Amino acid sequence: MSTFLGMPAYAPRGVGHLRGDEPFPEAARTALANPQLRRNLQHATTTIRGKSGAVIAELPDWQELRSAGSALKAYTMANLPRLLEQLEERVTAAGGVVHWAADATEANRIVTDLVKATGEQRVIKIKSMATMEIGLNEALEDAGITPVETDLAELIVQLGHDKPSHILVPAIHRNRSEIREIFLSEMPGVDPDLTDDPPVLAAAARRYLRETFLSTKVAVSGANFGIAETGTLAVVESEGNGRMCLTLPETLITVMGIEKLVPTWQDLEVFLQLLPRASTGERMNPYTSMWTGVAPGDGPQNFHLVLLDNGRTAVLADEVGRQALHCIRCSACLNVCPVYERTGGHAYGSVYPGPIGAILSPQLTGVEDNASLPYASSLCGACFDACPVKIDIPSILVHLRNQVPHPRAERTAMAAAAYTMDHPKLYERAQKAARLAKLLGKRGRGLPPPLNGWSSSRDLPTPPSETFRDWWRGR
Amino acid sequence: MSSKELILGRIRQALGSSPAEPDIPRDYRTGAAPVDLDLLVERLVDYKAVVHRTSDVSGAIAEIIGSGTLVVPPGLPGEWLPPEVPVRRDDGLSAAEIAAADGVVTAAAVAVVETGTIVLDASDDQGRRILSLLPDLHICVLRPEQVVASVPEAVAQLEPTRPLTWISGPSATSDIELNRVEGVHGPRNLHVILWETA
Ligand code: SF4
Repeated sequence: MSTFLGMPAYAPRGVGHLRGDEPFPEAARTALANPQLRRNLQHATTTIRGKSGAVIAELPDWQELRSAGSALKAYTMANLPRLLEQLEERVTAAGGVVHWAADATEANRIVTDLVKATGEQRVIKIKSMATMEIGLNEALEDAGITPVETDLAELIVQLGHDKPSHILVPAIHRNRSEIREIFLSEMPGVDPDLTDDPPVLAAAARRYLRETFLSTKVAVSGANFGIAETGTLAVVESEGNGRMCLTLPETLITVMGIEKLVPTWQDLEVFLQLLPRASTGERMNPYTSMWTGVAPGDGPQNFHLVLLDNGRTAVLADEVGRQALHCIRCSACLNVCPVYERTGGHAYGSVYPGPIGAILSPQLTGVEDNASLPYASSLCGACFDACPVKIDIPSILVHLRNQVPHPRAERTAMAAAAYTMDHPKLYERAQKAARLAKLLGKRGRGLPPPLNGWSSSRDLPTPPSETFRDWWRGR
Repeated sequence: MSSKELILGRIRQALGSSPAEPDIPRDYRTGAAPVDLDLLVERLVDYKAVVHRTSDVSGAIAEIIGSGTLVVPPGLPGEWLPPEVPVRRDDGLSAAEIAAADGVVTAAAVAVVETGTIVLDASDDQGRRILSLLPDLHICVLRPEQVVASVPEAVAQLEPTRPLTWISGPSATSDIELNRVEGVHGPRNLHVILWETA
């Protein structure tokens, strides 16, 4: 790690969740051996693609909105110092306190100290990628503070002693009957006659968390957008747990990556149209909360905003790769990715899975710490077409591959796998068992990962009849 | 060196000497478009809100709440409230008192046709955010002149420094198999009274 003052730095090792325990190909092999996981993922991503495509088609100006969103983010990055200081000034003027955290360790310390200062031993949390990234829950637990995740999917993950596998729906790898099992065995006071009907499962979560919402005095949130011009923060959600966390406690601590900035209030008109349609496939998500500092007599009377770097400035330093910071975490790129659909999110190691994870995690940590991720893609381009802010993920992947300190042979092998994935005919042929066996040699080592993983798991997924790129365009 | 200086220094270093300043193409739809109230109703119903189009607000409220109890914000017009329904006005009610009510009635600041969204801005006739959050039934009274066609029009009308809550249907989740299921932590029942004085 560079100690040269002012040099962009990677996210430090040993804290947070940006690095996996094993490289992508090995992790993917485990996932590929789990047909239930693959069925759950396929069902969920198929559902969301259909919903999202339908509501996007309702807007005649979707492409214009994407162009505006993309330009707004580029503008934000180019003016980041000025806009961050403006945000700080506005939040402070509105009664909030702004903290700057150079990395995960510092952010965790700031939040833990703030909670300790309230004397409380429990915090409620609304799902936030930034706090997952920095491992805030572990830091709080080490300090004797209990973090309670209130998002349904996060609750499923927390109760199931599991890890999140999707940006938007961290428990996407669980189906309804698995969720029922987790609730039955792990949720205190749960009705033993619980069925796996989704409304019944949702009602169980409502009952379980109600008292916690009403009695907890500190909340921790992330932010989808922070508006420099006004100091306004926005959280986009569905269940109302966000509203609870942002309204009921006495103290609110929001952790926001420095890239979540939006220059002006008006700019929200773009992102509020892009995000829900690309994300949950809704015209608008059920609830969006916006607040500016402290509102006297309404909601938390103590507000802290923690601005987080943790490797983001290192991403910004790469002229090609910095686009990854434009991400609004909609998860559309995950939902269209043929690799994600087969491997699931855990294989990516980091809290950021799928195509965005493949370009963001290696840049946040330095490529050598996530060397296999730039290869976790077939470069089919579906992610680029799906991205509401037009991040050119395939180009960044290629750019990052050139930085990977890989042996030449592995690089070639990975490229072959990617090529095969993107060419349905070839892939189809490769599927034919006899040929595949020949190609693979005895123990499936002939094909590069992740193709060898798929073949040894026996039921190769049916390849798309058209490329994903064509399919997306044609919707 | 403070962390603020450190981070800002890193950013300047990362951006180099002359960062590009891209123009922002705003070629998407902005400006006022005709309001289609029928479409608003359709969009609200699509996300499982119940819509009442009426000139009789208190009659509609009486029908919705039945024998239940209500909490209301301090500035809610008294003539909206059915005389026979027990009502508590929010003069600093505790969370428990608010949660104990069967329903809450609020006005709204703006509604958006295209997305079926209602926005509350915590004005006197809408109240503190907690008020419209804890009861399981939210009745929202909307006047046609508060309705705009699109999201950009709504953003232009709102005051960003007020606490804002954008509501599109009752509380829901997409967390079980990525399908929308209504009814988690927020109000599970959303009734919109479109107050058409004719
Ligand atoms: S990269 Fe684009 S598509 Fe993927 S999560 Fe981010 S904004 Fe969405």
